[in-house]
Amino acid sequence: MMLKTTLFIFLAGALIFSGVYFLTNLPGSVSQTRLASNCPPGFQLSKDNTCVSRNLYQQYSSLQNSGVGGLKSALPIPRDGFTPQQIDLGRLLFFDPVLSKDSTISCASCHNPYQGFADGMPVTIGVGGALQTRSAPTLWNVAYLNSFFWDGRSNSLEDQMQGPLFSPIEMATTRQQLLAVLNANETYKALFTEAFPAKPNDSIQLNHIYTSITAFESTLISLNSKYDQYAHGYAEALNDKEIEGLNIFRSFVARCAECHTPPLFTNQQIAVIGVPELEGLPFDPGAETPNKDSTMRGGFKVPSLRNIAKTAPYMHSGSKETLRDAAEFYNLGRGHAVPKEETLYLHWHIWEPKLTDDELDRLVDFMNTLTDESFMPIVPKEVPSGLPVNIINPTIDKVKAKRMASIHN
Amino acid sequence: MMFSNKWFRLFFPIALFAGGLMIGKSFFTKTASYVPSPVAVRQFSTNAGSDSTGVVYADPLSGDVIEVKDGESILEAVKKANPGDLIRVYPGKYKETVYIDKDNISFQGVIIGGEWPTLDGEKELNDAFLYSGNGIRIENFKIINYKGNGIMGQAGNNFVLRNNWIVDAGVYGIFPEFGKNGLIEHNVLSGIEDAAIYVGMCDNIDVRHNEVYENVAGIEIENSRHCLVENNYVHNNTGGILAFITPGLPIKTAYDIIIRNNFVVNNNHPNFGAPGSIVSGIPPGSGIIVMAADDVTIENNIITGNDNAAIAITDLSMGANLSNDPDSEPNPDRVVILDNYMENNGNNSVGEVKLLMKASLLDSAPDIIAIGGGTGSCIRDRERYNTFGLGDWGQCTTGDTKEIVTMMLDKPVAPRAITMEEKGNLTYYGICAGCHAYDVRMIGPPINVIQAIYANNPQGMADFIAAPTHRREDYPEMPPQNYLSPETRLAVAEYVLSLTQKKK
Repeated sequence: MMLKTTLFIFLAGALIFSGVYFLTNLPGSVSQTRLASNCPPGFQLSKDNTCVSRNLYQQYSSLQNSGVGGLKSALPIPRDGFTPQQIDLGRLLFFDPVLSKDSTISCASCHNPYQGFADGMPVTIGVGGALQTRSAPTLWNVAYLNSFFWDGRSNSLEDQMQGPLFSPIEMATTRQQLLAVLNANETYKALFTEAFPAKPNDSIQLNHIYTSITAFESTLISLNSKYDQYAHGYAEALNDKEIEGLNIFRSFVARCAECHTPPLFTNQQIAVIGVPELEGLPFDPGAETPNKDSTMRGGFKVPSLRNIAKTAPYMHSGSKETLRDAAEFYNLGRGHAVPKEETLYLHWHIWEPKLTDDELDRLVDFMNTLTDESFMPIVPKEVPSGLPVNIINPTIDKVKAKRMASIHN
Repeated sequence: MMFSNKWFRLFFPIALFAGGLMIGKSFFTKTASYVPSPVAVRQFSTNAGSDSTGVVYADPLSGDVIEVKDGESILEAVKKANPGDLIRVYPGKYKETVYIDKDNISFQGVIIGGEWPTLDGEKELNDAFLYSGNGIRIENFKIINYKGNGIMGQAGNNFVLRNNWIVDAGVYGIFPEFGKNGLIEHNVLSGIEDAAIYVGMCDNIDVRHNEVYENVAGIEIENSRHCLVENNYVHNNTGGILAFITPGLPIKTAYDIIIRNNFVVNNNHPNFGAPGSIVSGIPPGSGIIVMAADDVTIENNIITGNDNAAIAITDLSMGANLSNDPDSEPNPDRVVILDNYMENNGNNSVGEVKLLMKASLLDSAPDIIAIGGGTGSCIRDRERYNTFGLGDWGQCTTGDTKEIVTMMLDKPVAPRAITMEEKGNLTYYGICAGCHAYDVRMIGPPINVIQAIYANNPQGMADFIAAPTHRREDYPEMPPQNYLSPETRLAVAEYVLSLTQKKK
């Protein structure tokens, strides 16, 4: 019932907004014809024209090169080494609705830069208003991840994107349609030739598309938060409440850092924690399905907490509206939300920490220090298809605020 | 009272002398004027002690001494401390969580007439010591009534944790995680509801000369490599010494572990682990458990009176309450059991072992039981013991491990070497490039414009970025970059001035 209401309001909002954007982004207007020759921030251009990842965490090492540790620990090894042209082409593709079956949604519809590269919704909505059962994960720092989707079923961004692109209830295009549409577009043909000069013939291939979008997604780096300033040695970066939050976060009572381990704030493991579904959704078996292993039933990938303040609502089906709610979940008792008929192998760190209200507030204070969008990419005004880049900026979108309110009523 | 470095070098021999006198005969009784000598200088220095089979680095105190007395705060001392400093804490009660996000800070409790400096969490505070820095040394503290950990480290290398007396300090007593090259010795721990000493995801750790009793687990080496557990007195825990792979952790392996010369006695304590915790599944009466860990050598231990089994070797199927992890190899391979003294074990087996005994029509459990997979394991003189499930184990051909004195490294883990140019490079691309590009206007002015202003004046640029002023009407004001250290600011200024069109 609630989901239907959500859907209706979303569609109404989408109609209004696509109308607005349509007027301001007339199809057929002149599009970008040359790709960037510089790397985005966070990358250095190498002699062979590739962008190499650079950040202060490269001063450090980590045990067994695992990319987990404490404050001054190295990150996992990132995806990098794409050319500036591939990255820039990927940016255009990412925002272009021509990648969906009916040209209504782009990657950015669910991974909206104005909403932490998520969509502010409990679960995502595909073409024609098709509802998913899981929420859109942020794309910030995906360069450092080694598994994708909430159930961890994919091991590369190239593989991952084929899920939403070709799922009939997400972007719902087909490989044939995608190739046909892009190869029929002279602008795209020229841009792909620029990005892939070694391409044997004139036609765009699927791997070029996957590589470009991966290249762009790998540049969404967020490592300059207040927390990072503290980690690199500036003790004044965090105030007393935030430091108190950090200490609760890493203490063995709350145990947050055992899975949301610095510096990425995820250990990239599957964990069964027994989160409730969004009201109206059936129990989600999670990692049980791809692994065909009942001990992983209800298991999901531990998400990074970087930029977490930007991506409410929380958990795999958005059942927790605020960070406070999400933190409180761990305090409500081991297995409190597990349906009676389910037997789950709950993670050993799920216990009863008995945190006080103040401690939960401090945890929220701390999580709010993990925000950094200083390397926000530029949203293109126009994309080669000429279609409108109709993504919502919630800071100017009152309708959406109402919509969010209705979801949680 | 602050002591200079020089003062210390002068004082050092006197301290040694006084220390020797005190040990030989208690000439000194507690008097108002008695101030104990800072023996830490010796202990944190070359060649600590004569019983040492291990390694302690030549790392003399290089900083100041900060003293903390009853009524004062240890944490405030940490905030004042610089790398190399020693914080000496006098007897008294300290109710605080001491977190250390700095490198090379030493803590030494001063014990006077049996009075210890005591960190008391009063069951309100989470952790006593919480560190992320390298080179943290903590000794001579009594730690009681915390909810989380006595001492917890996240990623600090080259640590020394010793002579601490930890009672009912929560889930773990001493818990270094993600650390390399550490020493845990001469600690006494009891009443811990998980592992008293828990080495989790670490490398090159020695755990020596500790006494652990009345805990759920005495000493646990988990998903760690190159560890030596030696000369410990492990009694009346639920499980004595554990060498585990736990699935679902980001570092997947445990191997090269020596368990040697320990007393593992009467570990029959009822299990009081928290529901759902891994150790809550440990059967009381377990002396040594090897779960999925590889290349574990068990040698010259005295293992007696453990009611379930002296030594149990199992694959991950025993961790029945855990989700599987396709990336965790489940079998214990190449376990080596050399000479050990085992007697009076297995009198009252429980759980899985009991079921196996029943199924095999045996009255009492064996000393050594192996369940599940694994290859390449061996035992010396198996006829000495009652064994179960060791059918495919070979006779050990290796003699002993005495050539391995320590698992610690012969010198401290050095921080990753980084030049000032690299530091400037990482800072420029990692931070500045968000607003500046070489010859393109972004949020801030192009680098080539900035170069014209600060040519040959990197310090001027470093000073400006610490506290920028609004100089250009056509650009927004730059936010201060004072969170970067002065050294980093200068490094990035020099790097920015060195940028050329080609290097951009």
